Amino acid sequence: MTQAIPANGNSEYVLETRELGVFYGDFQAITQVNLPIHRHQITAIIGPSGCGKSTLLRAFNRMNELNPGTHIEGQVLFESQNLYEAVVDPVEVRYRIGMVFQKPNPFPKSIYENIAWGARIHGFRGDLDALVESCLIQAALWEEVKDKLKQSGLALSGGQQQRLCIARALAVQPEVILMDEPASALDPIATLKIEELMRELKQRYTIVIVTHNMQQAARVSDHTAMMMLTGDRRAGTVIEFNDTKVIFTSPEDKRTEDYVTGRFG
Amino acid sequence: MLRKTFETELQQVKDNVLLLGSMAEQSILDSVEALKKRDIKAARKILVFDSEINKKRFEIENQLMILIATQQPMAHDLRLLASCMEIISELERMGDYAKGIANINIRMGDEPLLKPLIDIPRMAEKGVDMLHRALTAFANEDLEAARAIPVEDDEVDALYNQVYRELMTFVIQDPKTIERANWLLWVAHNLERVADRVTNICERTVFIATGKMSEIKSTDDEFWKNQPSDHTK
Repeated sequence: MTQAIPANGNSEYVLETRELGVFYGDFQAITQVNLPIHRHQITAIIGPSGCGKSTLLRAFNRMNELNPGTHIEGQVLFESQNLYEAVVDPVEVRYRIGMVFQKPNPFPKSIYENIAWGARIHGFRGDLDALVESCLIQAALWEEVKDKLKQSGLALSGGQQQRLCIARALAVQPEVILMDEPASALDPIATLKIEELMRELKQRYTIVIVTHNMQQAARVSDHTAMMMLTGDRRAGTVIEFNDTKVIFTSPEDKRTEDYVTGRFG
Repeated sequence: MLRKTFETELQQVKDNVLLLGSMAEQSILDSVEALKKRDIKAARKILVFDSEINKKRFEIENQLMILIATQQPMAHDLRLLASCMEIISELERMGDYAKGIANINIRMGDEPLLKPLIDIPRMAEKGVDMLHRALTAFANEDLEAARAIPVEDDEVDALYNQVYRELMTFVIQDPKTIERANWLLWVAHNLERVADRVTNICERTVFIATGKMSEIKSTDDEFWKNQPSDHTK
């Protein structure tokens, strides 16, 4: 596999969008997004339904192009390399920038295989048992499943399944983990476990999370991007980006203020 | 409307803060009036009324905590509720100053006032006037007023200086007056602190409106700097 993207760097931003627009056919979902993603920090993307949060998240690892007719304008820089250049292999993008979805979606396989499978097809040659254990420990699931690794991943509770999906994402040793509403289908305790896990994971990974739960964004993230539909074409864009503590105590944009205080949305 | 219930509850909190403010205002004016007339009965009423002020403060504090817990306020709402917590504590302390003045009145017993009260009632009127306008500025989030009112603290400080110098002349002329002079000095000191706390309320109003937390002015420091000996507050 050609490695077009530079290796894990140490610049301030892992990812950065420049004037990013995403189109589904003629429909423009997001426009002119300029957003930096800080290394080893958690960035939350908030905003009302339909404002393009998930579209933006999916643009970070080229998931949008799985929908036919999708095209983009502008750039998404990952370690300073534009991800949308022809030399870049989307498969490499997706294992270096992993994703966790709203609904836990373990493979209908054993807990062990859920983690080992992805690593194996990505050519992992090391000790699979050690990898499975390490990923489950990092995902704070090891103690709960170590005696039943052969059981189906689908037999776990929702919260455990979501942590299994996080462990699965870690197995291919990504640098960035994108999370699309990772706790919205979970109860409050499972939600807090995921949030605690995110805080631990940021030591080693960079995390971007889309969430409708503003308290969750406030609790867990370091930076927050507020998105809204704007302009004649009603396309989503980032209207304010700042430290999370600023966004939730003294936002600069009136629309952010109105959203975080529940005046609309 | 998405926030109808929450808006109503926020308004109730603000109304309660204003109510507590008016209780403090009343208590300060009454305490000085009672002192002027050497009315011990009225002074005792102020002590009872102070318990009402304290009760009201706890009631608002509880109301604030319930709102914070149940509504998880953000941005302006959060700044408003956090500031109300601070403002009610300032108002409660103002009530304590009035209670302090009432206590001095009671402790003076049959002793006559060292001198007729002129500047002390002026200090009370000025402080209460500043407080009243500061609370109006809080209610309306009137930035201009909130920034302007603390400057007037100078006038209260000047009156305090005047009272201090005048009382010292009595003490120098006749050291036996020291205790009666000291009582009045404490009264003036309490009133001087009222005006300082008005400044704190104005700072909170600026914070609620702008999100910027900063000291508007610290005349208090200047006052103490200009004093000959090493006073501590």
